[in-house]
Amino acid sequence: MSEDKNVVARYTTAARINHWITAVSLILLALSGMALFHPSLFFLTNLFGGGQATRAIHPWIGVVLAISFLGLFLRFFTLNFWRREDTVWMKNLGKVINNEEEGLPELGKYNAGQKLVFWGQSILILLLFCSGIVLWDVYFEDYTTIDQKRLSAVVHALCAIGAILIWIVHVYAAIWVKGTLRAMTRGSVTRGWSWKHHRKWFRQEVKKS
Amino acid sequence: MATMQSLDIRRRSASTEVPPQVRQSAIQVAKLIDVSKCIGCKACQAACLEWNDLKAPIGYTDGTYNNPTDLTPTSWTVMRFTEYEKGDDLEWLIRKDGCMHCDDPGCLKACPAPGAIVQYTNGIVDFVSENCIGCGYCVKGCPFNVPRISKVDRKAYKCTLCVDRVSVGQAPACAKACPTQAIYFGSKEDMIVHAEHRIADLKSRGFEKAGLYNPPGVGGTHVMYVLNHADKPSLYSGLPDDPRISPMVGLWKGVMKPISLAAIAFAGVFGFLHYITKGPNEVSDTDERKADDLAKGKGA
Repeated sequence: MSEDKNVVARYTTAARINHWITAVSLILLALSGMALFHPSLFFLTNLFGGGQATRAIHPWIGVVLAISFLGLFLRFFTLNFWRREDTVWMKNLGKVINNEEEGLPELGKYNAGQKLVFWGQSILILLLFCSGIVLWDVYFEDYTTIDQKRLSAVVHALCAIGAILIWIVHVYAAIWVKGTLRAMTRGSVTRGWSWKHHRKWFRQEVKKS
Repeated sequence: MATMQSLDIRRRSASTEVPPQVRQSAIQVAKLIDVSKCIGCKACQAACLEWNDLKAPIGYTDGTYNNPTDLTPTSWTVMRFTEYEKGDDLEWLIRKDGCMHCDDPGCLKACPAPGAIVQYTNGIVDFVSENCIGCGYCVKGCPFNVPRISKVDRKAYKCTLCVDRVSVGQAPACAKACPTQAIYFGSKEDMIVHAEHRIADLKSRGFEKAGLYNPPGVGGTHVMYVLNHADKPSLYSGLPDDPRISPMVGLWKGVMKPISLAAIAFAGVFGFLHYITKGPNEVSDTDERKADDLAKGKGA
């Protein structure tokens, strides 16, 4: 990507593959999980070969997601520490939503919204993994009490809904902020996009080259 | 069991369809287990295995009379023996454990598979095994720790109250086999009347706290006990004193379902409305020019 002088490299090929494995497994988990969460969505089990197959496959996809997300976490967590400009950005969230982000502080690779998505999903996926193990009767039935399983069911459902809501915000932001999606499809973004949304990061990238 | 065509269904797991309501509601049935008449012979266990074509693998003995030691996917009823000492007095409390057929069944509430658990209009709660997906949610829903998931086929099993026998006017196999008539079967109304006679008799013999176990927390049960110590059900191998569906299950299977779907729908609608009112966030030509200037070392 960097051969093209008018774009800025944002994600390596490995990071993008890592991201899309996570994305696909999260969508499959949401579909199979919702199928077993609400009776009116039980028909979604047909996508996975029926109720029994959905029950059997769901935790394995969870394992894929957990490992894959751990990869994303290790790649990006240092870039997601909260900074002073993030607090300013959050205080001006109304302006951001109204497409009026002129005058806000210059940002590094991620803005406060992206950081909240990152930490939100990190915490929720950790909780989903732990509660999911407790609910995975095929292998772990004998290790917990029924009351612990009940609590895990509630935690698992709550965290899943939280993760789906964050996912909606994440996907919508990529649709709303034009020029974002190519970061994950092609690995690069335009200079203008970098200037507009992540100017501090853009300056660093310019200095590097 | 398979669904019994001769019986109407009152509740069906994970289903929003309206149940059939035209036929006159069936008589509520109940099994009454008189603990004070039980001699612990396990004829009920043997009859259950025989009638339901179950063959439990040979297990082990833990040195007590409890054999098998717990309910299993192939042991839908077990006798639980407790040695209750009070001063110099020793009482042998024997309780036939198994599904209580709650009027408000927690298993059915928790089940995510449409029609895997049904409650017939006569009160019997049954697992329809071909619809079971083996998730184990019924185990979490049950206040009595009754359902067991088979390691062979990952399906849940429990006492059917011999619904196949009941639907053709027969008593459950265990009731038929009991040599001391400690197990009665009939309409719930009759069973309560019968229990009252037994309780009066027990009280006259010094069991002042004798009473009927028909716990209101689960809407009453279609398997009831006459207990000689009805004030302390937990004496009988941990029979719950006040069973109810866990509040966690109530939350999980109650308010959380509609609220969660509403939240997801709201997020989607909010995004759509935002897009059509505020529009996309686009990079302007000015941004591109300033960015180019910076990249070429001219800008700030």
